[in-house]
Amino acid sequence: MNPNLTNPRADEVDAILKRVPFAQTLGMRCEVMGDEMTAILPFQEKLIGNVTIRALHGGAIASFLELTAMLQVFLVSDMPRPPRPINITIDYLRQGHAKDLYARAFVMKMGRRMASVRAEAWQENRADPVSAITAHFMVAQD
Amino acid sequence: MNDDKNDPDRIAAVMREHVDLMNSAVPWGNEVGFQVTKVERGHVWGLQPWAENLVGDPETGVIHGGVITTFLDNLSGMACTAAMTKLRFVATIDLRIDYMRPAEKGLDIIGEAECYRVTKSVCFTRAWAYHETRDRLIATSAGTFAINKPRFGSQSPQGKTLP
Repeated sequence: MNPNLTNPRADEVDAILKRVPFAQTLGMRCEVMGDEMTAILPFQEKLIGNVTIRALHGGAIASFLELTAMLQVFLVSDMPRPPRPINITIDYLRQGHAKDLYARAFVMKMGRRMASVRAEAWQENRADPVSAITAHFMVAQD
Repeated sequence: MNDDKNDPDRIAAVMREHVDLMNSAVPWGNEVGFQVTKVERGHVWGLQPWAENLVGDPETGVIHGGVITTFLDNLSGMACTAAMTKLRFVATIDLRIDYMRPAEKGLDIIGEAECYRVTKSVCFTRAWAYHETRDRLIATSAGTFAINKPRFGSQSPQGKTLP
């Protein structure tokens, strides 16, 4: 059985990824299992930031994490559209190698007006994150 | 080429000479399409044109925040290199971005990054993204960067606090 069927919001997450040009530019996709979601950024040459050491660009990693955090808030809420970002703080922990990148986000606090989210990206081991972000989003509908 | 090893503007001058290379050597930079437009000691300016493939909200045509993050991260790192008197590259430790207001559809974004403090191993930066002038702010950032050790020698990348 398709696990996506257990959460009707999963189809909406897919629809957003298809509709948002920048998500298509990155080439990311998401696998939703209930209220859990894993985002996947398949490796592409255009994601490289340093051609000498073949490292992923920090901006590409941060963009991927910001979208993951945003979609996780959308997934666990009943918002009609994805939330708007207030700020993000990125920690670059390890070099991102020229291979697929994965990410998961955790909503630390879902308030009436704002949501606080933590997201981590990894490659070989989830316990050794490449980068992590803390992000705040507006969730109030005004 | 400026041969005076003690000229504090030496690295910024080298970067000005190679601005075309800096604009073309980063694949993800080419994908999002930003350009470095001006380099001074510890201070770098750039241009990020609006483009359809960067849109984060298809209803309004607003560019995604990740584009601004890429832009300010890149400019801030270059401002660090431009602040030093020896050629050193840097790696982002952390970067905080505050989104002031959405970028307008179809308008160019100007980016400006400043490295205001260089220590033995860390640089501190702030940066701005705006339309036309700084009073039309889209986002601001604060960053810290680690100075990568040179392959040969071990001289300190001494820099001074900028005004």
